[in-house]
Amino acid sequence: MADVRKKVIAIIAEQLAKPEDSISESSHFVDDLGADSLDTVEIIMAIEEAFSLEIPESEQEKIRTVGDAIAYIEKHAKA
Amino acid sequence: MTRTVQRRRVVITGMGTINPCGLTVPETWNNLLAGKSGISTIDRFDVTDFACKIAGQVKGFDPDPFIDKKEQKKMDIFIHYALGAAHEAWADAGFDQVQLTKAERELFGVYIGSGIGGLSTIWDEANGYRGPRRTSPFFIPSLIVNMASGQASIKYGLQGPNSAVATACATGAHAIGDAARLIAFGYADRMMAGGSDSVINQLGVGGFASMRALSTRNDEPERASRPFDVDRDGFVMGEGAGIVILEEYELAKARGAKIYAEVAGYGMSGDANHITTPAPEGEGGQRVMRAAIKDADIAAEEVGYVNMHGTSTPVGDKLECMAIQKVFGDHAKKIKVSSTKSMHGHLLGAAGGLETIVAVKAVQTGLIPPTINVDHQDPECDLDVTANVAGKLDSEYVMNNGFGFGGTNGCLILRKV
Repeated sequence: MADVRKKVIAIIAEQLAKPEDSISESSHFVDDLGADSLDTVEIIMAIEEAFSLEIPESEQEKIRTVGDAIAYIEKHAKA
Repeated sequence: MTRTVQRRRVVITGMGTINPCGLTVPETWNNLLAGKSGISTIDRFDVTDFACKIAGQVKGFDPDPFIDKKEQKKMDIFIHYALGAAHEAWADAGFDQVQLTKAERELFGVYIGSGIGGLSTIWDEANGYRGPRRTSPFFIPSLIVNMASGQASIKYGLQGPNSAVATACATGAHAIGDAARLIAFGYADRMMAGGSDSVINQLGVGGFASMRALSTRNDEPERASRPFDVDRDGFVMGEGAGIVILEEYELAKARGAKIYAEVAGYGMSGDANHITTPAPEGEGGQRVMRAAIKDADIAAEEVGYVNMHGTSTPVGDKLECMAIQKVFGDHAKKIKVSSTKSMHGHLLGAAGGLETIVAVKAVQTGLIPPTINVDHQDPECDLDVTANVAGKLDSEYVMNNGFGFGGTNGCLILRKV
């Protein structure tokens, strides 16, 4: 679980060029991290790739914070 | 009811460039006057199987001072170069020191063209293609031709006319000419205008080489671009950007801006002949120069220097020389000409941007940067070529030509202020 959290934060830090320690589970992509709609799409894409997931569009829209992403991955990622 | 539109004077008050001969205007100008070549063996990819292995590559460019790290990967390299050149032009014009009002920003536009756009991005994305779910949302915005204008407008808050022209190697000349007209006829007060291109990749080099357009003098890169020389064998690709700040004359004067030159005339024409071969006797070139002279409302004899398109292709140089002879008649013998492509290579859509800057510096300083590598001037290029060493100029008007594939031509006339 800690692994998922670490990996997600690393991905977002890379995509948004932010230091990892500025990102926490409660960070909102748009409101807290300054992402735009395209950044958000790219973050989801990078997460899909890193965790071998296919997140349906209807589910993508619900992932707004780092915590949302972690929760989704923990629920759906193949062991 | 007939509406009469008063035509306003347009001047250049800022300039910036990124090119194989320099990362600023002063560095470039000094290298060009010294006759230094920026051409070398391509080191960006394996050129083993390529007929042409040389190009004018931009060296030592760092986008960090101009573009936020997070934004860099969302832009093709041609946009990096455009923003680098824009950064210099903006500060050169003094706009880094003033706070423009909303009304001023609404009449300040951007017109940065590109001959090809983000070909490197297309190449990379297609090579790494992993299906529709893995295509980056930044793919399209990072490569489209008008995005240099878009990004510059966002960076500087310029809300006036925003456009981009894509007329191959005439792009830079057209962008500056079109933008100057927007100011002349009152649609804008100020414009950031020019061109940017960077296609030194497998597709770009391979594509132009297949057309037999490129020099294959691979063992002597610095001597490969040799306009007007009998042994020229094609152009050498360059890359970079050339951008100027255009301003309505009275406004520039009122704010005490340093004025480099006036955009006195602008012409456009089409060859209507062939996709890549210029029309016989350079007729398209003749028409575009005549159009610019007419637009400037001067006598042809007043033009003292032509910064020629002069790409170093066997046919192109010959026909452009012929066109100049036809347009200027006896005066053609007295006109000084040169092609700085001999040093920086052919910057494609950025050529007209950079070479307008060169022409402006020439009329401003009275110095003509040379055409290097003219060992044996082609008798079919029988003009007063400033060859190998810089020359002097004493003239109020200079001309800059840009001709592109598709038979599109642009010509600017610049006046000393």
